[in-house]
Amino acid sequence: MEPLNAFVVFLNFVFIPAAAYGAQLALGALGVTLIYGILRFSNFAHGDTMAFGTAVTILATWGLQAIGLSLGPLPVALLALPIGIAGCAVAMLITDRAVYRFYRKKKSDPIILVMASVGVMFVMNGLTRLLIGVDEIRFADGARFVIDVRSFREMTGLDEGLALRTTQVITLVIAVLVVWALFWFLNRTRSGKAMRAYSDNEDLALLSGIDPERVVRMTWIIAAALATIAGTLYGLDKSFKPFNYFQLLLPIFAAAIVGGLGSPVGAIAGGLIVAFSEVAITYPWKRVAEYLGFDTGSSLLQLMSTEYKFAVSFVILIIVLLFRPTGLFRGKSV
Amino acid sequence: MATTRQVEAVSAWRAPLLFAVLAVLFVLEGTTSNALFTGSWNTSLAILNMGLISGIMALGLNIQWGYAGLFNSGVVGFIALGGLAPVLISVQPVEGAWGAGGLRMIAAIVVGLGTVVLASVLWKRISRKMRVPAVLATLVIGFFLYRFLFDPAVDAIEANQAAQYGNIGGLGLPVLLSWPVGGLFAAIAAWGVGKVALGLRSDYLAIATLGIGEIIVAVLKNEEWLARGVKNVTGIPRPAPYEVDLQQSQDFINRASDWGMSAAELSGIWVKASYAGLFATVLIVLILLAELALKSPWGRMMRAIRDNETAAEAMGKDVTGRHLQVFVIGCAVIGIAGAMMITLDGLMAPTQYNPLRYTFLIWVMVIVGGSGNNWGAALGGILIWFIWIKAEVWGPQLIQLVTSPLPPGDIKDHLLDSSPHMRFIAMGLVLLLVLRFAPRGLVPEK
Repeated sequence: MEPLNAFVVFLNFVFIPAAAYGAQLALGALGVTLIYGILRFSNFAHGDTMAFGTAVTILATWGLQAIGLSLGPLPVALLALPIGIAGCAVAMLITDRAVYRFYRKKKSDPIILVMASVGVMFVMNGLTRLLIGVDEIRFADGARFVIDVRSFREMTGLDEGLALRTTQVITLVIAVLVVWALFWFLNRTRSGKAMRAYSDNEDLALLSGIDPERVVRMTWIIAAALATIAGTLYGLDKSFKPFNYFQLLLPIFAAAIVGGLGSPVGAIAGGLIVAFSEVAITYPWKRVAEYLGFDTGSSLLQLMSTEYKFAVSFVILIIVLLFRPTGLFRGKSV
Repeated sequence: MATTRQVEAVSAWRAPLLFAVLAVLFVLEGTTSNALFTGSWNTSLAILNMGLISGIMALGLNIQWGYAGLFNSGVVGFIALGGLAPVLISVQPVEGAWGAGGLRMIAAIVVGLGTVVLASVLWKRISRKMRVPAVLATLVIGFFLYRFLFDPAVDAIEANQAAQYGNIGGLGLPVLLSWPVGGLFAAIAAWGVGKVALGLRSDYLAIATLGIGEIIVAVLKNEEWLARGVKNVTGIPRPAPYEVDLQQSQDFINRASDWGMSAAELSGIWVKASYAGLFATVLIVLILLAELALKSPWGRMMRAIRDNETAAEAMGKDVTGRHLQVFVIGCAVIGIAGAMMITLDGLMAPTQYNPLRYTFLIWVMVIVGGSGNNWGAALGGILIWFIWIKAEVWGPQLIQLVTSPLPPGDIKDHLLDSSPHMRFIAMGLVLLLVLRFAPRGLVPEK
């Protein structure tokens, strides 16, 4: 039974949380990578875009709850999600019209666009705070667990329990659906093909009659949808706090870069790599090792304390950039 | 980089005129009391002091962005590192801390750095086949050796008088010495970062520095043995007299009554004015040095590299080397400002280091002031700081004015409550508007 217990501890504290977090990062990184692929700049405002979309979703959730809606075991936020996406998409389209289009027309240096995105980041951050305040908000309702520790123990007779939270299952299911839909869109539809063509070779795409402004609009709408979904899932799983979303920028960029900027498959792989390394490096492995029969003494077998999870993303980012300047899946470089 | 930088010249009077306007703003803040200004010299000087420090931060960033086109988004980290210097240099030593784990700590740090150096030497020297396993083995063994030395040292130091100190303490040296040391700390870190990250393309560098900034702040928050982490270090020595001492001196009380002020008020002004004098001196010296550097052949080379990297490389200029140099210099200036800020606050509180405030606001300062122009960057630093502080008062008043036709109710209350957040929106809009309509800033590069 001992190895089984070790396995349950591993699943409970490492695998499941990392998979959920990895899915959230992957969705965020997909947005970053898409904007990089089409618009060719690193969007610093992505974290705050996620926060903004989530804030709209939360407001809509409250509205739906106020009229007495409930999804049973599922959180009401899932119903509010389309409203959040619509709100975020409108905000993105307005931003593009007001800010980015000018630099795109002028063919400015990418770094100027990055800087403009810093301005957008400030405005989005302020808007989110204005909309919903700075406090921590928990908005997950419905059932908390699919399996909780006690019933798992009773079911299996193991010493260690396994807790599977509803939000974790929802995250994984939605992430798979979203990724499937995105790839279907990019590979099968006309608009998706136009986007890929534009991303691969701008001039050639223009020559074949693709409307660049349309491609750009599609990109913003999809990025807004991805950001809102990623932000809402993260908020359901942990909690919503505007500043934490700003801080997600680093792991998200790390994920997108590790995979290769501009490569959707890379973004997903990168998200999972970053999430699993973060959790594995900051988790104290003592209990797992003891179940496997190792005597660890007083050591917790924790490589780094939890506060340094950003350091993990950063180190991965640097290592990959040093050896593979365009990421694992050979992304783009401007 | 952009090719539109060197366009028509602007009037030589522009910078002095704008500085005069700025001076008028501070005088108004000090003298007139109305809806916009407080009419207190204490407030005015307090804003000025942090404004001067912000000017130095902006100057440092301008050296990196304006001279060389390097996008550093980890400013907060270098400010924080500079802030460590006053704690380690000028705070009194903690009794027993060095005995508890000081030597072991030094050994741990030597082993840690040694591992990295050894790994990079091995990488260069060993044949291709053996490279990866050899470097990996070095890193793993080095890491465990480091943790073996480091962990007990941390425990010992943090256990020493834990309630009151629990850190390694300072050296008890004069606080002014800590300013250049703060610059040195930031410069050393910048060298390390630059070595790794400067080969990267522009926005990759931005992301890499964003990461290093976060990490430095995380280290300061969590390594309690170093500077007490989130428990904060208070009572950092001052280069200026203490208000209480002034208020007890008979000469000072007499002088205050001669000038028609209470001793309490004058002492506050006196202390702040002496800080302002110190900070202004540092700022002016740094600007003059930066101007001299810019006008030298070195400065011309830097701008040539910025404007056309490929051409500069073809002329035999070592682009990566120069970038590293200018990155280190800029970070050193930022580090000096960080040390000055902690000296002014008398408090090291790592939780205050928010990247929005200490990285991106500094960016707004440089862009608004005029990237590439040292006087412009300093002007932008002081001006944006003034607006940032005053927005706290002006924002709610503006919202009050705008919402006055609304009936009292939830929406109005919500708007009034959240008016402080208007400052972020205002700063973002300023940045966007300047980038769009005056990309060269208030005082453009000559």
